[in-house]
Amino acid sequence: MPNQKNYWKSEVELDKQSTLVDQLSQKEFVQKLPEDLLGEETLAEKETSRRDFLKYMGFSTAAATLAACEGPVNKSIPYVVQPERIIPGVANYYATSIVDGFDVASILVKTREGRPIKIENNLDAPVHNTANARVQASVLSLYDSMRIQGPTQAGVDVSWETLEANVGQQLAEMAANNEKVALVTPSLASPTTQRIIADFQAKFPNVTHYAYDAVSETAALNAFETAYGKRALPTYDFSKASCIVSIGADILGDWQGGGHDTSYSKTRVPKGNNGKAKMSKHFQFESNMTLSGANADQRIPTTATEQQFILGSLYGALTNQAYPTPLSAALNKKVNEIAAALKAAGPGAVVVTGLANEDAQRAVLAINELLGSDVIDTQHTTELRQGDAGLINQLTNDLNAGKVLGIMMAGVNPAYTLPNAAAFVAGLKKAKLSVTFSTKNDETALNSQWVAAAPHYLESWGDVAMKTGHYALTQPTIRPLFNTKQFQDVLLRLSGNAQPFSDVLKNYWTENILNGSSFSTALHDGYYVSNQSDRLRYRDNVDALVQRLIRAKSSGGLELHLYTKIGIGDGQQANNPWLQEFPDPISRVTWDNYLTVSKSDAQALGLKNVNQSDGALDGSVAEITLNGITVKAPVLIQPGQAKGTVGLAFGYGKTAGMKSEMQVGTNAYPLYQDFNPVQTVTVTATDGLHEFACTQLQNTLMGRGEIVRETTLEIFNTKDAKYWNPMTQVSRDHVEVDVTSKEADMWQAFDRSIGHHFNLSIDLNACTGCGACVVACHAENNVPVVGKREIRKSRDMHWLRIDRYYSSEETFEADLDTVDNISGLGESLSTFGKMEDPSANPQVTFQPVMCQHCNHAPCETVCPVAASSHGRQGQNHMAYNRCVGTRYCANNCPYKVRRFNWFLYNKNDEFDYYMNDDLGRMVLNPDVVVRSRGVMEKCSLCIQMTQKTILDAKLEGRQIKDGEFQTACSNACGNGALTFGDINDKDSEVAHLKEDKRMYHLLESIGTEPNVMYQVKVRNT
Amino acid sequence: MFKDSYLAHLSLLILSLCFSFGVTAQEPDIQKGKSLFNANCAACHKLKKRAVGPALAGVSAKYDKEWLYSWIKNSTAMVKSGDAQAVAIYEDYNGSVMTSFPQLSNEDIDNILAYTDYTPPAPDPSTKAVATTVEAEGSLTNDLILAVLLLVLAALVSMLFLVNKTLRKIAAANGVEIAQKEKVKRIPLWKAYAQNPFLVFVTVIFLLLSSAYVGYSYLMQIGIDQGYMPIQPIHYSHKIHAGDNQIECKYCHSSARVSKHSGIPSLNVCMNCHMNIAEYNGEEDLEKGYTKEFYTNEIKKLYKAVGWDEETQSYTGDTQPVKWVRIHNLPDFVYFNHAQHVSVAGIECQKCHGPVEEMEILYQHSSLTMGWCINCHRETNVNVKDNAYYTKIHEELSKKYGVEKLTAAQMGGLECGKCHY
Repeated sequence: MPNQKNYWKSEVELDKQSTLVDQLSQKEFVQKLPEDLLGEETLAEKETSRRDFLKYMGFSTAAATLAACEGPVNKSIPYVVQPERIIPGVANYYATSIVDGFDVASILVKTREGRPIKIENNLDAPVHNTANARVQASVLSLYDSMRIQGPTQAGVDVSWETLEANVGQQLAEMAANNEKVALVTPSLASPTTQRIIADFQAKFPNVTHYAYDAVSETAALNAFETAYGKRALPTYDFSKASCIVSIGADILGDWQGGGHDTSYSKTRVPKGNNGKAKMSKHFQFESNMTLSGANADQRIPTTATEQQFILGSLYGALTNQAYPTPLSAALNKKVNEIAAALKAAGPGAVVVTGLANEDAQRAVLAINELLGSDVIDTQHTTELRQGDAGLINQLTNDLNAGKVLGIMMAGVNPAYTLPNAAAFVAGLKKAKLSVTFSTKNDETALNSQWVAAAPHYLESWGDVAMKTGHYALTQPTIRPLFNTKQFQDVLLRLSGNAQPFSDVLKNYWTENILNGSSFSTALHDGYYVSNQSDRLRYRDNVDALVQRLIRAKSSGGLELHLYTKIGIGDGQQANNPWLQEFPDPISRVTWDNYLTVSKSDAQALGLKNVNQSDGALDGSVAEITLNGITVKAPVLIQPGQAKGTVGLAFGYGKTAGMKSEMQVGTNAYPLYQDFNPVQTVTVTATDGLHEFACTQLQNTLMGRGEIVRETTLEIFNTKDAKYWNPMTQVSRDHVEVDVTSKEADMWQAFDRSIGHHFNLSIDLNACTGCGACVVACHAENNVPVVGKREIRKSRDMHWLRIDRYYSSEETFEADLDTVDNISGLGESLSTFGKMEDPSANPQVTFQPVMCQHCNHAPCETVCPVAASSHGRQGQNHMAYNRCVGTRYCANNCPYKVRRFNWFLYNKNDEFDYYMNDDLGRMVLNPDVVVRSRGVMEKCSLCIQMTQKTILDAKLEGRQIKDGEFQTACSNACGNGALTFGDINDKDSEVAHLKEDKRMYHLLESIGTEPNVMYQVKVRNT
Repeated sequence: MFKDSYLAHLSLLILSLCFSFGVTAQEPDIQKGKSLFNANCAACHKLKKRAVGPALAGVSAKYDKEWLYSWIKNSTAMVKSGDAQAVAIYEDYNGSVMTSFPQLSNEDIDNILAYTDYTPPAPDPSTKAVATTVEAEGSLTNDLILAVLLLVLAALVSMLFLVNKTLRKIAAANGVEIAQKEKVKRIPLWKAYAQNPFLVFVTVIFLLLSSAYVGYSYLMQIGIDQGYMPIQPIHYSHKIHAGDNQIECKYCHSSARVSKHSGIPSLNVCMNCHMNIAEYNGEEDLEKGYTKEFYTNEIKKLYKAVGWDEETQSYTGDTQPVKWVRIHNLPDFVYFNHAQHVSVAGIECQKCHGPVEEMEILYQHSSLTMGWCINCHRETNVNVKDNAYYTKIHEELSKKYGVEKLTAAQMGGLECGKCHY
């Protein structure tokens, strides 16, 4: 039976001796109710006499009565002149794009009364049309209270005129003396900005432009230039893939600019009938456990050196040449198996690599040419990554040597992101002229003479070439909040062009891009597509360099793999509390980065993870040493981490321009030597334990199993659905009946056949665990941020969590059999061959869980004040104003989806996140109430959105079409994992999904009849 | 001044007489002129005051009549042709173009000019005097009747007294004695009450119940601001706007049609009318101090807030947004949508807001409690007419409940989550 698999969320669950999980599963709330506001003192310790108590009671009753007598006087201030398109209470949407040098997406911005409050996917746009978690959260960065509010010189406020005049004069003087000036920007890929920079350089010939990526793709860029003659990156369409082989490339993460998950998911759902369902097959070789590995059909943990061998060996197998490598027999067998699969897949085959090695990148391009892959598109390239590591290193040297005397920077923070940041800062201080365009007083701004306050992208104009022939526009969605100016505008002024950037942009588009079509249409749509393509021809020969690849030698020490987390990325938005509180999809840790170590390495190094009695996780602290640089980081034992490797995420440990609460983690950039993400380091254990805020052991399902259902494509195709998706049977009069059948149901039926009946379908196959929905839910529903301390106490407020389950082959006992069976293949030391430990290479399943909106809801029956009640449309309503906070509902919820407001999280200095200042509160959704202390809350299936759809239809006097009903999570999911709709509309997609043979409900056996359904995960193993 | 205009009047009269003799034999009709003026000119012109266009009283004295004919019929052409006077006016009024009125005949224009030149005669003091006397007479007769009635009453009382006296005398003469009743000694009422435990018990219960009732009613009205009538920064009279002038509610509160908010109109909406209405000429309520000056002064407050310069008839850009005091305050945890009630259900604004058109100062008419909402949802039928959204659901639901018309409650309008999220 497929359901014999054992699922576990945390290492500690595998420990048979540990009673912790049992203990935790007995407790709904691991902490007691706080006796006073901070929960740190107990009432017993206080000296409060009965008389005092009566005094306080009497006073507070009198005060409350008096206070209640007079209501507050509310003022309403209407516009003096109301803008034509703004109607108070009605949202406007604007199409724009985010391009911040790391993330790129075509998006729609929802504004209410002129305030952007939410980011939505612009699905009409053909490329990069979905917003990841960081882009979803970027709207909050607009209202960051740490933003610079105006230009400064040496910390003193100046006017823009002063700044422009002084900088212009100094530039002119430097131009006259032929002193070099560097202009450093992120990879802009903005045609108009490139023109403006060219004009600027024409005026000041001493200016050199550098594109700088904090996380570099130099190797891939160089390889593509060698192979095709253009310094750019190819683009990929994984929806054409039938066999994907990734060698160290996190294709669902930020590999080559990210954004590949939308097309990837399209082929991950089995399609086709009568036992001939097909889906793509994904092999992943990697060291750290990434999203890609978690979603792969086969994940093979390997070191970077092994990955080079595998690539060489795979090239050999495909070209029928012999490239002998020191790989284990098991791995060699796997490579041959993969080569056969690739050959069989034809043009649907693709090989990608994330190795920061030019040879490896060229080899992969050669393999894809050889396979004739349709997935890789070399004729539509992208310049979203342009940075050249060598040039940036040279710039640091030149600054220190006095060869470059002026530097202007916009949108980059090299004083934080450069591995040799100290040297860069020293050089920066030597410069005669240093100007930084920044939104924050970050590390670079603090060391610059002039700080030019830059606007957030939602206040800016701009454009971008997503890929060849695909252009997108950025337009302001709010008037600048502060006295800010875009660097393009300042460059134009310095070049002597009086036109505003918006006009220059429009003119440039009209003359060079639009080819006669309307600018207004392009601005309205947010994008423009022309039929341009690169005419590039493959002109490389890699046989020799593959020889070089397979001669690589392992350096012996531990391999450190530096990576970017889904939440924080390169660290630009580290001051964003939504992202800090976002649980990492793999580790479920919030508010931290950490050194991921495999279990066996941890044992060898004396590193450990300890779970406290309340489920909170503590980790040892390790010192990571590389060429004399030492970095301290807490340790997290990561199931699936390749032996001999450790991982550490960028983007943390930032201190400048950050709220103190947000200054968490360790800065990994100093270890990013020569922009190589793989380094050989020594790791030593140090004293002390680090306290993590990890949601891993929280909200356990009280030991109720059978949450995740999965099967293999083979079983799916050959066996009956009853075998791999069985309905729980119960005995009635000694006859087995389905648990959902009427005979077994003890609840009174409630007629839901009339009107709308909302259902949400979650496809475990399409869900990659990216977490965009989690942040979208945050933004839509005014979910508060509670901070690291509270998360550690299991008091996270996320209405939607994505559970990550690990599982090993069948049962653990079956693992032992597996090991016995494969022992004949050789005494390989590779983790693939030996499964002595279930955590060595677990399979991963992601499962988004929110309120299941049970038709027979256990929470409703226990509420003493009827605050939780059921709607005819299938939603489980929660009336916050009625709730008195007994928390019985949370105790009785089998899915653990109810969240309790332990504190007042808004306008409370104890929780100094976005809800504590006027600026941050501008992001709140005015249609959803901000909950107060002491009430229970939970997912409402975005009832404000379904109501809005109904109200609009009534207003327009029409029926509602399928697809109009959406929730924040289903809107945010670009992968099609979440489908929402009305099952009473028999033609709707969700009604079909309800009849799908993959459909099942969580804990069907308890008879709650949820309105949220899941689709069984099918693995193509 | 008077003399000047009088002279102008006279000369115009003579002039027009000459013309009318030449063209037609008719006298210009001041009444017709007034209605034409109100229909065509009043939007931009006032008689004695500059508005969008110049004040028109005595305009015929300033310009040649033929020139006025062609100017009124097509001013743009005249400006284009470079007529010195026309260009002067055009520039004087910042290049705003006067609407052309080709439909007006010379006769019409004469009538209008006759009206604009007409000075109403000073009111005759004799008429007023007559009125007062009539009023005085009226009150006199009333008093007279009262006095007569009083006299009659007094006569009746004295007659009764006399009758009584006579009867007693007769009784005394006949020897009949009128016995005085003897007083019985009774226990005082309060003592009797205190001695009756049942009564005391009942009273205590009654007192307890009534104080509970009073206490409960007091607590229940906390937070309910029915009748809340705050003083607003500008004395805006809904009575004058919605009542006297019959302005549609949704002309100003336009977002009530499409949005959850009814919206307090932005000041540019006020200026749609008040660009021309700079003073109040309606009824006064002297008792409360609502004089014409008072209202005109409130209009000036609007001009100050919106930054409107009456002299130059232009916006100065110096604005001071008005901080209105919000009257209808729903708690944050309630979602209420105006458009659903106004546009979809077609409910009159007055149903919840009361007789706004009679409110000099606006107040909260309804209690705005949940019970009040729910009651209405229970009683009100859903307006399904010509609304395709309801077609299917109404048919199915009315079959289910066996009714012709569905109430909002039957449609699900009592579910918590419909309003609380």
